[in-house]
Parts: sequence; structure tokens; C-alpha cells
Amino acid sequence: MEMTDIQKQILILTQEGIPITSSPYQDISQQLGITEEEVVKQITLMKELGIIRRFGASIGHRDIGITANAMCVWNVPDEDVEDVGGIMATIDDVTHCYARPRHPGWPYNIFTMVHSYSRDDCLAIAEEISKLTGIDDYKVMFSEKEFKKIGIRL
Amino acid sequence: MILLDETDKKLLNLVQLDFPLDAHPFRILADKTGISEDEVIKRMQRLLDEGAVRRIGPIINSKETGRVGTLVALKAPEEKIEQIAELINSYPEVSHNYLRPGDYNVWFTLSASSNERLQEILEELRQEIQCPMMDLPTTQLFKIGVKFKIK
Repeated sequence: MEMTDIQKQILILTQEGIPITSSPYQDISQQLGITEEEVVKQITLMKELGIIRRFGASIGHRDIGITANAMCVWNVPDEDVEDVGGIMATIDDVTHCYARPRHPGWPYNIFTMVHSYSRDDCLAIAEEISKLTGIDDYKVMFSEKEFKKIGIRL
Repeated sequence: MILLDETDKKLLNLVQLDFPLDAHPFRILADKTGISEDEVIKRMQRLLDEGAVRRIGPIINSKETGRVGTLVALKAPEEKIEQIAELINSYPEVSHNYLRPGDYNVWFTLSASSNERLQEILEELRQEIQCPMMDLPTTQLFKIGVKFKIK
């Protein structure tokens, strides 16, 4: 997807966060020499086009107590991947859900990320997912250390 | 740990998915939470300053920007984990890198400007690290939400 120059400039100006003022889009528009309406219109358009996945707050989840994160991996029969992935995606505590290839000695082909307040919470959620989908060959892998975490920037 | 009252939690649950695209977004949030616009701005500023909110802005779709990504898992020997993690982190293309329990203990995500660049990085890391590595690109995306249910 080709972005226009003005779209790129809006992304660059907003990707580190909009100002917390009464009229943040006006502040941005003044820096770009365009109207406030144009800024709002372009952000809306980029959302519709899928250039922006979402426009909102990124949460410092660890700082507010959501400290447990588990990568749950599931061994799902190939013909059921579509259905099972769809079900898993509907669960609130599942923030990410992907199908990925199997490898020798690694039978797991669906990956879900679960974020919650405690490891016990995560384990209970995984158990709930297992009951809901009937998939009982799975592993819950907590993160023991965060070496790096950054978001995507232009 | 940042303490949140019920109004803070309400605000946080409101602003994650769709922050208002309106001339006065905080006024809209004020109407929804029953406090004044000034109070919303004051609270959001505190939440930002203390780290409950990292930023309010666009979450860019990496696919739309032409980037190619994958998840990589490797079996790093215990005594070399830190050194290997540091090498991995030195690539700006690495966005997340975690230590997890199990045979495959180092898990990281890569996002490169092209598939060629991605393969080049993987090859460099294979050569440099010399331990079993799984390349796990997404074959199907079911959800990438990252909206936290704040209780």
C-alpha cells in the first residue's frame, strides 16, 4: 500500500504519541501546515485502509499489574486449525493468536499470547481454552525475562 | 505498581481500541466518564507520566508498510543465553525478545524491510550462534488485538 507524503508525516508526528491537550489534532495540524479536519480525515482513512491497525493508547501493562504473560502453544489437527483459531481469538484474555508451521520435534501449530494479572490466571485461561476447543496437547510458556520489547515505527 | 481508581480503569478501557478522532477527544471521554475535560486531561497526563499509558497514537500495521516478519525460537546453552540475547537485540529489526522455560528458551520476533533482509539476518544468526533454531512465520493471523481487560 502506497502512503501519501502527508500520511507518512502524520504517522511520524503521532507515532510517539499525540499531545495530551484539549485539541491535539490541531496541534499536529499546525506543525504540518494543514487543517485539523485534514489530520482527522487522514487518520480515519489510514484506519479504514488498514495502514493503522488501531489508533489508541498503548498500555504499560506490567506497570498496572498485568505482569504475567504466557505464550501458549497448541497441537491442533491441520483440518481444525481454521475453526480452533477462530474460537481462541474470541477469548478476551487472548491478545494474539496465530497459526505457525510445525517443526521436527515441535508439533505445536497454533500460538496464543495470554496476558493477565498472575501466572495462575494464565494457567486457568489456558485450561479454559483447552476445554472450549477440546485441544489437550498444549504447553504454557511464561516469559522469565524480557530482553527487548519495542513497537513498530516508520 | 501504579494505583488506579475506578475512573482511571474506565478511561484505560475506553482509550485502547478507538481513541476519539474528534476536535476535542478528551471532551468526548469526559462525557463518557462523567468527569470534566480538564479532569480527563489531568488523569491521562498522570497515567502517561507514571507509565500506565506508554503513548496514545497509531499502531502501524507492519504488513502495510511492506515489512516481513517472523517468530524465531532457539535452544541456547544456559551459559551463553545473555550473550546470545545481546547479539539478537543488536539488530534493530528485533522487536521482542524473551527468555522462556524449555528446550527452546530464547524467543524473539523479527520484522525486516524485505524477505531477503529477513533471510540474511536469520543466516547471520545461524552462523554466529550455532544452535538449533526454528523459524516460525505466521501462516494465518487470527487475532492481534492487544487490548487489555483492565480489572
